[in-house]
Amino acid sequence: MSAGNMHIKLKVWRQSNSNTQGGFENYSLDTVSPDMSFLEMFDVLNEQLIETGTEPVAFDHDCREGICGMCSMYINGQPHGPLRGVTTCQLHMRSFKDGDTIVVEPWRAEAFPVIKDLVVDRDAFDRVIAAGGFVSVNTGNAQDANSLPIPKVAADDAFAAAACIGCGACVAACKNASAMLFVSAKISQLALLPQGQAERNIRAEKMVAQMDAEGFGACTNTGACAAECPKEISLENIARMNREYIGAKLSSSAV
Amino acid sequence: MATSSNLDAKIPQGPIETKWSKYKSSVALVNPANKRNLEIIVVGTGLAGASAAATLAEMGYKVKAFCFQDSPRRAHSIAAQGGINAAKNYQNDGDSVYRLFYDTIKGGDYRAREGNVHRLAEVSGNIIDQCVAAGVPFAREYGGLLSNRSFGGTQVQRTFYAAGQTGQQLLLGAYSGLQRQVGMGTVKMYNRHEMLDVVNIDGKCRGIIARNLITGEVERHGGHAVLLCTGGYGNVFYLSTNAMGSNVTAAWKAHKRGAYFGNPCFTQIHPTCIPVSGEHQSKLTLMSESLRNDGRIWVPKKKNDTRPGNEIPEDERDYYLERRYPAFGNLVPRDIASRAAKERCDAGYGVGTSKLAVFLDFAAAVERYGKGEANKNNIVNPSKEDITIWGKAVVKEKYGNLFDMYKQITGEDPYEVPMRIYPAVHYTMGGLWVDYNLMTTVPGLYCLGEANFSDHGANRLGASALMQGLADGYFVIPYTIGSYLSKEIGTGKISTDHPEFIKVEKEVKDRIDTLIKIQGKTSPELFHRRLGQIMWDKCGMARNAQGLKEAIVEIRELRKQFWSDVKVMGNTTEFNPELDKAGRVADFIELGELMCIDALTREESCGGHFREEHQTEEGEALRDDENFMFVSAWEHKAQEEWELHKEELIYDNIKIAQRSYK
Repeated sequence: MSAGNMHIKLKVWRQSNSNTQGGFENYSLDTVSPDMSFLEMFDVLNEQLIETGTEPVAFDHDCREGICGMCSMYINGQPHGPLRGVTTCQLHMRSFKDGDTIVVEPWRAEAFPVIKDLVVDRDAFDRVIAAGGFVSVNTGNAQDANSLPIPKVAADDAFAAAACIGCGACVAACKNASAMLFVSAKISQLALLPQGQAERNIRAEKMVAQMDAEGFGACTNTGACAAECPKEISLENIARMNREYIGAKLSSSAV
Repeated sequence: MATSSNLDAKIPQGPIETKWSKYKSSVALVNPANKRNLEIIVVGTGLAGASAAATLAEMGYKVKAFCFQDSPRRAHSIAAQGGINAAKNYQNDGDSVYRLFYDTIKGGDYRAREGNVHRLAEVSGNIIDQCVAAGVPFAREYGGLLSNRSFGGTQVQRTFYAAGQTGQQLLLGAYSGLQRQVGMGTVKMYNRHEMLDVVNIDGKCRGIIARNLITGEVERHGGHAVLLCTGGYGNVFYLSTNAMGSNVTAAWKAHKRGAYFGNPCFTQIHPTCIPVSGEHQSKLTLMSESLRNDGRIWVPKKKNDTRPGNEIPEDERDYYLERRYPAFGNLVPRDIASRAAKERCDAGYGVGTSKLAVFLDFAAAVERYGKGEANKNNIVNPSKEDITIWGKAVVKEKYGNLFDMYKQITGEDPYEVPMRIYPAVHYTMGGLWVDYNLMTTVPGLYCLGEANFSDHGANRLGASALMQGLADGYFVIPYTIGSYLSKEIGTGKISTDHPEFIKVEKEVKDRIDTLIKIQGKTSPELFHRRLGQIMWDKCGMARNAQGLKEAIVEIRELRKQFWSDVKVMGNTTEFNPELDKAGRVADFIELGELMCIDALTREESCGGHFREEHQTEEGEALRDDENFMFVSAWEHKAQEEWELHKEELIYDNIKIAQRSYK
């Protein structure tokens, strides 16, 4: 099994930088193997472009095993493509048919400006975490790990929320470009654990304030975010975050 | 090639148990008012970098952190699956600091430094405490206490984990600590920046040259100390379990500016990875070693057996690890498991279309767990179907994400048919040589985590990489850096207008321009593939003198071709991943040459370094302690020219033995 014989047509968004207009370019590939990952298919495309003296398509990617959250293609109208619970790098060409035309775009959101082609700037997420997505514990202050028993259910629920890879698919999927699923996953993780209790209120307030400041849209509970999330982060987190936020607002004078 | 032995590892005097505590209570301190005026540059934001940057900022230093990814949370530590070791002895199975120390030295095949490894074992427990306090959701038992599992090369349960995503949870914990400091303004974060050189002034490291990967701008950054936390160099083999962006550039530039490179040939080939499926393959995916706790590894007893694994009867299977190593069975260390798989495949017993794979089978575990569930629920005479359903549910809880990943990549369902696995390049024990303080041979230039050579000898045990990264960043460098910075309080701000900064910046810019101007015919990607092929064939799982000599010649030729025929598209003042890649491949090519020279020089087999000329009659690695019990630290002299310095390894606390897992 080396090069395959699938024919694939691609419509790919090309844009030089954030100050220029972009547009679609058409490409076709004739030696796609069903065992290739979607990004390996882009590797083949780029080698082909380089051979013909065309600038290759810029796209974000790193671990290629579905965990770093760097890959970010909007494929046929869906972030990370057609499969549920799968990142672009783990999507394989066997999920497509010979002769298919595939449309590939960058994430579209005001808070995620395009850097080039399919690459966007997701610094806004880092700033939201910096606003409160942590437990304030300096190195060296910790007590023995087993002195703090945590019910397995709480630990498991916290883990499920903490599995978020910060890719931004939720924002890309949302018609309002809301970041509620991302923000709520971190708020939930820490709200579910005893370690997060001390800063529970201030965390919810500060992270939500930063989220709004970044220009993410409002949430209308459509649920597209959870449906498209490659890590299947649950919509329940948004409900929990709303509860945390309202509770915080009722009792707090900060922010 | 000249050799000399003048390396001082600066190991504190005294008994091994008290070296670190004595060091800590006597190391020079920097007072808070002075810390505010001292700047530290941290390159890389994986476990070592993020934990170091956050901790140093908490202490009051001014920190600048750099990563080439779009966010510090993307560093490849995130992909570590199985777990993190700590000598907590929560399972009451006889674990201790000494045992973790002993296992690590033995696992490393007696090529690691006693003082460093003991310190690592000592701080291992603090890491778990710190991570739990920061909100890392480790796996727990129903009583609310932490759960443990065992990992290859040990007989105790000391591995803490979060499903198959331990690295992710630990990195996100360290990242959140880092972001907290970013939010407080004590760390300035430079993402999408790549370090392209270090700047030394009057014999001390005083800063770096970095390139903004979005604008292409080349920048000078000054600091009183520079910490390289830039990970391993496994991508020199092209195919590896590393991320696509993982590279050696930062460490290599430091090497060319005076930092010695330690044991470059010590690379770890991980036994349980998904086999290569075709020429298009861009990377290999690991299946966590934790799977070997429950999975049994086997090949058919008959050569060229093409039946699906689940149709081959029990008595026609060769569970070769259990056969060869009855004491450790499927839990032998990685180097041994990898070589055993290669041996079976080379002998013609491999499975799958490529015949370069062995089975990792969970059928026995499903049955065992299914019966256990029946027992737990007082069900007598359960049906075989029910046992299978319950057993699969238990396996899913333990390894669900790994099974899903396997299915996604191969299109096969591992709950039904055995997984196919084959060894792949995973980790590099070698790296920049550092002393006990984690300082390289350049004063003020430190190296932490996988990027340094220090703790794993010739083979790293499973679940020890996360431990070392966080030990270095959270608990070692915050102390050891004081011994250097306490003498820098009078230095004042480092000016980046110094002629040395201007000179190095120009060299960096010239190299970038050269790469763009060659406009040959071959993409950086193709050069990388060619290098990888040479390295895998001749400096991979088994090495011999003739192959290594050939490889050196081929790599030198490849380097010349690269610099005359590489084709880099785009320009230097924009976002240009091709240009980034070209620079990294150029450095990998030079590193590959040094790795082969090191492998050729080390005329013994130890850990992951297997020289075919040096093996026992049974095909096990044969060390030569009399002549090779040292760290090879290579000093770069000129193109194709290095000097070997030896750091003798002294074992006062461990009896040296031929490593046996039988």
